[in-house]
Formats: sequence, C-alpha cells, structure tokens
Amino acid sequence: MSMFSLVWNYLKAKPLNTVLNIILLALGIAMITVLLLFNNQLQEKISTNAKGIDLVVGAKGSPLQLILCNIFQIDFPTGNIKLSEAEKVVRHRMVKKAIPLALGDNYKGYRIVGTKRTYAELYNGDLAEGKWWKKDLEVTVGATAAKLTGLIIGDSFTSAHGLTSEGHDHENKRYRVVGILKPANNVMDNLILTNVESIWNVHKAYDSIAIVPQQPSSIVASVEQGDSVREITSLLIQYRNPLAVIQLPRFVNNNSSLQAASPAFEIARLFSIMGVGAELLGGFAFVLIFISGLSIFIALYNSLKERRYDLAIMRSMGASRNKLFVFIVMEGSFLTLLGSLFGLVFGHGVLWIFTVWVVESQKTGVSAAVFYVAEVYILAGSILLGMLCSIIPAIEAYRTDIHKVLAGN
Amino acid sequence: MIRIQGLAHAYSQHNRINFNDFTVQRGEHWLLLGESGSGKTTLLHLIGGLLKSQQGMIEIDGTDITALSDSRLDRFRGQHLGFVFQKNHLINALSVKKNLMLAPFLAGLKPDEKRVVEVLSQLGLLEKKNSRVNELSQGQAQRVAIARALLNKPSIILADEPTSALDDHNCERVIDLLSEASAQNNATLIVATHDQRLKSKINNLIQL
Repeated sequence: MSMFSLVWNYLKAKPLNTVLNIILLALGIAMITVLLLFNNQLQEKISTNAKGIDLVVGAKGSPLQLILCNIFQIDFPTGNIKLSEAEKVVRHRMVKKAIPLALGDNYKGYRIVGTKRTYAELYNGDLAEGKWWKKDLEVTVGATAAKLTGLIIGDSFTSAHGLTSEGHDHENKRYRVVGILKPANNVMDNLILTNVESIWNVHKAYDSIAIVPQQPSSIVASVEQGDSVREITSLLIQYRNPLAVIQLPRFVNNNSSLQAASPAFEIARLFSIMGVGAELLGGFAFVLIFISGLSIFIALYNSLKERRYDLAIMRSMGASRNKLFVFIVMEGSFLTLLGSLFGLVFGHGVLWIFTVWVVESQKTGVSAAVFYVAEVYILAGSILLGMLCSIIPAIEAYRTDIHKVLAGN
Repeated sequence: MIRIQGLAHAYSQHNRINFNDFTVQRGEHWLLLGESGSGKTTLLHLIGGLLKSQQGMIEIDGTDITALSDSRLDRFRGQHLGFVFQKNHLINALSVKKNLMLAPFLAGLKPDEKRVVEVLSQLGLLEKKNSRVNELSQGQAQRVAIARALLNKPSIILADEPTSALDDHNCERVIDLLSEASAQNNATLIVATHDQRLKSKINNLIQL
C-alpha cells in the first residue's frame, strides 16, 4: 500500500467519473497539441523556405500572391516579366544574387520550375542519385515529387500546361529525368527542376537559339542581352547590404511593369490573417481545459461528502491532516496528468492519421513524429491545473473534524 | 495501561462533562456504560485522541497524550490504538486485503503481509482476502473492521457501540469475538455502549 496505489484505487472505484474527466481534458490538450505541432512546423517551413530571399520581383498584382507563388510554390503567377526589364534589376548595385524562375507547367500536380543551379543551392539541394540538369528538357526531381509520382532516372514524361494536373499535355516535347534529389525538408522537395530554356522550348514561344550570343544575358546565358521578347515569371533577389531594403523595392516599383514584394513583410501579414483561426481554435481548447478543471474540482468536492467517513477512519488509523491533504491533491493532479498524457498521444495520433490519409498534407512536410519542449510545459501545466482544482477539496479534507464525523452528529 | 485524572470536556458553556478518575490495567476488558448523551463517546474519543481534551490528564502506556502535538498524536493513535465503530466504515474503493494494509501504511509502520494473513485467519476470513468490500455480508464486514483494528498489534482496542444495532444472537457473537481477539492479541478492550446485554459479558464497569 502506498499513497499512489491508494489514489489509483479511488480513481478505479469510480471509472465513469474518472474516464469522463480524463477524456474532457485529453480533448483540450489534444487540440492544443495539434495546433502547436501544426503551427510550429508550418512556421518553421515558411521561414526555411523564405531563408536567403530578401525580395521577389515579378509582374504587378497581389504582393502576397507573388510571394505564395514564387517562394512557397502554391499560388498562381501574377504574370510574366520581360527578360530585358529583369536584367535592369539584376544590374542594380544593391543586388548580390538574382535567381530567375520560369513557371507554367506541371507533371501530376508537381511544378516544373525553370531556373538556375543557384536556386537548388539556396535550398541546400543535394543529389540522391544521377546528376543535375544541364541540357534542355533534362530535369532533376525533388524527393517528395519523385516518391509520389514514381519518377526514376531515365524516365521521360510530357508536362501538362498550367499548375494543376488538369491542363492539356504538351505532347510533342518530352522531359527526361537525369537526377533525383535528397529530401531537403523545404519547398524544393515538391518541385521538378530544369533550365529556363526548357520552359520556353516546351511552349514553343520563341525560335530556338542557334547562334552563340555576343553579349550573353546576365539571367539566361544562352540569350543575347537586352532581349525584348523572352519572358520569365520572377526573380528571387538577395540584397548586397541592409541599405537595399530602402532603395531596391522603390527602384523596382517605380518601373511601370514590375513589382517587388518582401517575403518577411508578406509572411507577417499572412500569419496575422491565419493567426485569427489558430487563436480561435486555441481559445476553444482552453475553454475545454477550463471545463475539465471545473469538472475535476466538482467531482473531488462532491466525493468529499461520501468520503467523510473514509477520511475520518484514515485519521483514526494514524493518518495526519497533511497526509489527507496530499492524498486529495495527488488524486487531482494524477487525474490531470493522465488526461494530458492521453491528450498528447491523441494529438500526435490525429496528426499522424492526417499525414497518412491526406496525401496533400505530405506536400506541406508536416510530421506527427516531432516533439517540442512546449509539450513538457503542457504536462507540467496540467499537473499544476490538477493541484489548483484539488486545493479547496484538500483543505476541506485537512479540516475534517474526526470526532464530529465518527460520533455521527 | 490507561490512567485518567481530572478529565473534563465542554462542548459549550452549559454542556460540560466531568469524568471520574479511573485506571485500567493492560489486558483488562471494561465497559463504559451510559445512556446516549452521557458522554461515553466523548470519553472514548478523548482516550483515543480523536478529540482534544480541555482539562485533565490521559496517560496511555506511560505517555500523557494530552501533551502530544497533533502530528505525534496521530502517529501514537495509529501505533497504539485500534478502533471499532458501530458501523464498519470499511473503505469501499479497496479490497479486504488493501483495507487491512492501509493500517500500517497510515500509522507509518512497515507493511507486513504475514500479519494480514495471521489476523484474517484468526477471524476466519482468509478466503475473503481478495474480495471487494461490498461483496461481504454484514457479519463478515464487521469482522474485517475488527481485523483492521487489531492489525498493528495495538495495546488498546476502543469499541464504540459495536453491538447496539444487532439482535441478541449477533450481539453475543460480536462481543465474544472482540473479547477473544483482544485476549489473543494481549490488548486492553474498552467498549462504550448503552447496551445492557453486555453487562453479563464484561464485568469491569464504568458507569457514566
């Protein structure tokens, strides 16, 4: 016999009450856990995807759309920009690095991105097998995209027009897989990378380039500088120094057909929009936790009436007032500890089921097998909640007048 | 040994009870006989340290329990005294065995399973060791309550109206059981009651 087994036996003696209280708390805790896991991982993904990119330059439109499309590869492009105008931006002295992106096609919903090797370097891309794309229509496939489409080295495929899998196929041009990437845990996992020329080539937008340019473009080396016909979707830009924050966006936005959007600013705006939903859910979870605390308090308080004799008998057998106090507090905190343990398991479980059943969610890279220090705080907090709920019943138990109870008046 | 001297207790200004001095030797069996309201439960609870006395001295086995602090009194009670009440007040959440194991745990003594088996077999309850309390008959429950009082080998058993709700047959059975068990464990037995039937069973009498 120990204090713990005494507490356990009392909880076991009222299984319905105990289970109800545990489920109530577990639901609240599970909700908080899912929010925590989802929010934290999403924020981590977002910041790793935007890392190293100070500015996105694209066609005029919604700045948020520009960021969503070109950094996170989820929204549609705002339009195209002329290569010659993009070159003007690249020439600006505040630009340290500029990466072109040409979007427009997909394979089974995975975007084909025309870009340069610097794009892969930005996202720490590393080959799992094969090689990087070099010639036109050669592609290197991101890890998730390769896994879910089943593409392997040597495969060839036709792309579909647009960024969703419904577009018509470009039947006459076939891409060829030359390399597969290691998982990089960022947006690149979901992409199929090639050069900018391939995108032009597939769309037959321009005459293929036969002659070696006299003065190659700073963006696409196979094209003459100042080409006024060819277009790309956007430029990802890294600043040379902090002063650029003031100068560069103004320079770009003054140019009539271009728009500059700052990832940091737009992401902050996005979070403030998404935050409302998360806060609402979080608030609901706290209401659940509050109710479960109240329910535990009421259960303990009511049980004191039935337990008057038990407590008095325990005192007559030598238990001190302090022991009874600790006994009741332990019962409350053990209940909340169990509730939050189940809640954490439940939260991870729900997220795990979500990631297994909803294939789309695998694109976000959110995993259920990630643990945060905050979960330890949740456990500690719930034990505290249990103590809080049981302190008044415990004081009542402490005060039990054994003579009055046992004399029966 | 119990020695009472100049003991008095007042619930209010007008309700004051004075108790006569008396001494009980180890192993003796005594009755505290009186009508309800005569103060026999009060006296029993004073001796048991369940109620703090306001005046006088209660000496048990050489210790003046009126001078003990609350926590030391709790420990003293757990180790030297055993209680049997009119109702059994067993703890429903626990099995028979765990009800008994509670006694040494709460008194701060080492758990002793052998003693549990010993007491249960003395009272003919060994096969009920793992039963739930609410599976017991009235008589069995009372025997478990007696077993619980005996478990820590107390020097004194205090019984409050153990027979008043019982018919003649069961009354005799319970008081015989209490007397036998106390004698077997070399414990002093004090029974507070208004039940006149017990006068024929226990000779030493304190009339209140």
